[in-house]
Amino acid sequence: MQVSHRIVLHFPRAVTGEPIIYRLAKDYGLMFNILKASVSPQEEGLMVLELSGRDTDFQHGAAYLKERGIRLQPLVQDIRKNDDRCVDCGACVGVCPTEALTLERPTMRLLFDPDKCVVCGECVPCCPVNAMELQF
Amino acid sequence: MAKTLEEINNKIRTGQVVVVTAEEMVDIVAEKGPKEASRTIDVVTTGTFGPMCSSGAMMNVGHPSPRIKLGGGQVRLNRVRAYDGLAAVDLYVGATALPDEDPRNSVFPGEFRYGGGHVIEDLVAGRRVLLEAAAYGTDCYPRRELAAWITLDEINEAYLFNPRNGYQNYNVAVNRSSRTIYTYMGTLQPQLASANYCSAGQLSPLLNDPHYRTIGLGSRIFLGGGVGYVVWQGTQHSPAAPRNEKGVPMAGAGTLAVLGDMKHMAAAWLRGASFRGYGATLIVGLGIPIPVLDEDIAAHTAVSDADIVAPVVDYSGAYPQRQPDVISRVTYADLKSGEIQVEGKTVPATPLSSYPRAKDIAETLKGWIAQGEFELTAPVQAIPGADSGMMMGPMPDNPPQTPESPQ
Ligand code: SF4
Ligand code: SF4
Repeated sequence: MQVSHRIVLHFPRAVTGEPIIYRLAKDYGLMFNILKASVSPQEEGLMVLELSGRDTDFQHGAAYLKERGIRLQPLVQDIRKNDDRCVDCGACVGVCPTEALTLERPTMRLLFDPDKCVVCGECVPCCPVNAMELQF
Repeated sequence: MAKTLEEINNKIRTGQVVVVTAEEMVDIVAEKGPKEASRTIDVVTTGTFGPMCSSGAMMNVGHPSPRIKLGGGQVRLNRVRAYDGLAAVDLYVGATALPDEDPRNSVFPGEFRYGGGHVIEDLVAGRRVLLEAAAYGTDCYPRRELAAWITLDEINEAYLFNPRNGYQNYNVAVNRSSRTIYTYMGTLQPQLASANYCSAGQLSPLLNDPHYRTIGLGSRIFLGGGVGYVVWQGTQHSPAAPRNEKGVPMAGAGTLAVLGDMKHMAAAWLRGASFRGYGATLIVGLGIPIPVLDEDIAAHTAVSDADIVAPVVDYSGAYPQRQPDVISRVTYADLKSGEIQVEGKTVPATPLSSYPRAKDIAETLKGWIAQGEFELTAPVQAIPGADSGMMMGPMPDNPPQTPESPQ
C-alpha cells in the first residue's frame, strides 16, 4: 500500500549534518518533499517534510529515524491564535522556528502570520495560557 | 517646591490631578527637566503583568453542617492541594500547587495544565470550584469528609496574599548547554539560541522608585484588577544589590509582599499559567502609583529602558548550581529591540512579562486616579532600603548526620 505522510522531524544536536534524508530515499525507497527546514550545525534542528512510498518502507524509515534519536510528529492541519487568551507575553516567540510569531515594536504585541507558520506545534505547549491552539 | 501627599489627594478629589504613566514620564522629564516635571506632574503610574510564583489565595470557606476541622486533614480545590494548617475552615492555595495525580515531570517535559494559579483564576472568573476534604473528626468538628462546590461570591473571605511580587529587576535567562531546557523563565534554546527576560522595565513599579521613598507598607496599589496594599517587603528582598550611578539595581533587588480582596479582582489580571517542564503559576497584574513629591522622585520616575541593565545568567549551569556567575549585562532597550549580544553571538530576546498588559495596568490606574476613584496613601513604614545592607542569603549547608531525627 502506498502512503504519504506530512511529518515534523526534531533533530537532536548530534545528528544534524548526517545525510538522514538521503538515507530515507536510498535505503528505504521513500520519496521526500521538504516543506520547511531550520537545521543549522551545532543546534537542535527541525524539518517539516512529506514522505511517500510503500507503507512498510515508511514504517521502517520511521523506525530508522527514531533509532537515530530523531523525534517524529505528525503535521497537524492548522494552528490558531486565540486572541481572548493571549496576553502578549512573548514567550512563544523564542520557540517558533519560522518567525510566524513575532512581537510588533514598539507596542510589543504578538503578531501571528499564518503564512509563515509550518504548523510544527512548538508554540502550543510553550504558551503559558494555552492561547495557541491546534485544529485537526 | 516640594508637594505633600495630602495636596495631591486634594487634587484627586477635586479632579485637578495631573497623572501620567511611567512610560509617558520618560519624555516629559527629557523635555522639561525633573524640576519642572515635578511641578506639573502629580502622580506617575506603573504596571507589570508577569508570572509570579510566590502568589496565593487565603480563604475562609464557611462552616458546613455538621462542622469540619480542615486543619490537620487534607484539602483539595479542583484536585489541587491547598494548605489547611490553620483554623477550621481557613485555607491557602498557592500558585504552584498541583493535583496529586499530575504526572509532573515523569513524562518530560511535563505540561502542568492545571495548578493553584488556575484555581485562583477560576474563582475570580466566577467559576465554581470543587472543594474536597478529609478530616480526622473531633467532638466540636465531627465531620470527616466533605465535597462541596464553592464560589468566590459565597465564601466568607478570599484575599490574594502574595509573599513576593514586583521584583525590582531580574535575570535574563540563556542556555549554554546543548539541549533545550525548560525553566520558570520559559523554554530556552540550546547554544545561546534564545534569551528570555521578565520585567516591564521602565514601567516596572520598583524601578521607578528605586530607593522606596514612596512605596512602603500600606501603599495602596492596583492588584489583580482590584485594589490592594503593600503589606511587607517581599521575601528575598535584597535592597543592597549593586546599583548603577542612577541608583537603579543592576540585578534582582527589592520585592514586595502584597494583599488585596479577591472579590473585587478580575480574571483578565490574574491568569493561571503553565510553564512546560517547570510547573504551574499565576500571572499577576500589579500597578503602583508614585506621588511626585519632589524633583528627585520626578527624576527617578523618568527611568527609561536604556538606563536599566539586567544580568545575563546561564540557566543550564550557573543558576541551578547557585553559582554567582553573570555572563554579561544588557539593557532593557537592547532586550526590547529583540536581539542582544552574548559572548559575541546575536541572540533573539523574548519577554515573559507582557509589556502591553503592563501598559494597560498603568493606564487603568491612571484612569482611576484621574476620575477621583483612587487616592494615594503614605507608607506607614518604609521597607528596608540599600543602607540596611539587606541581601538574601543562601541556605546554610547543614545536612543532618544520619540517623538523626528533627527532634
Ligand atoms: S506552529 Fe507555532 S511555533 Fe510552529 S511555525 Fe507555527 S507559529 Fe511557529
Ligand atoms: S506565549 Fe501565548 S500568551 Fe504569550 S504571546 Fe505567545 S500566544 Fe500569547
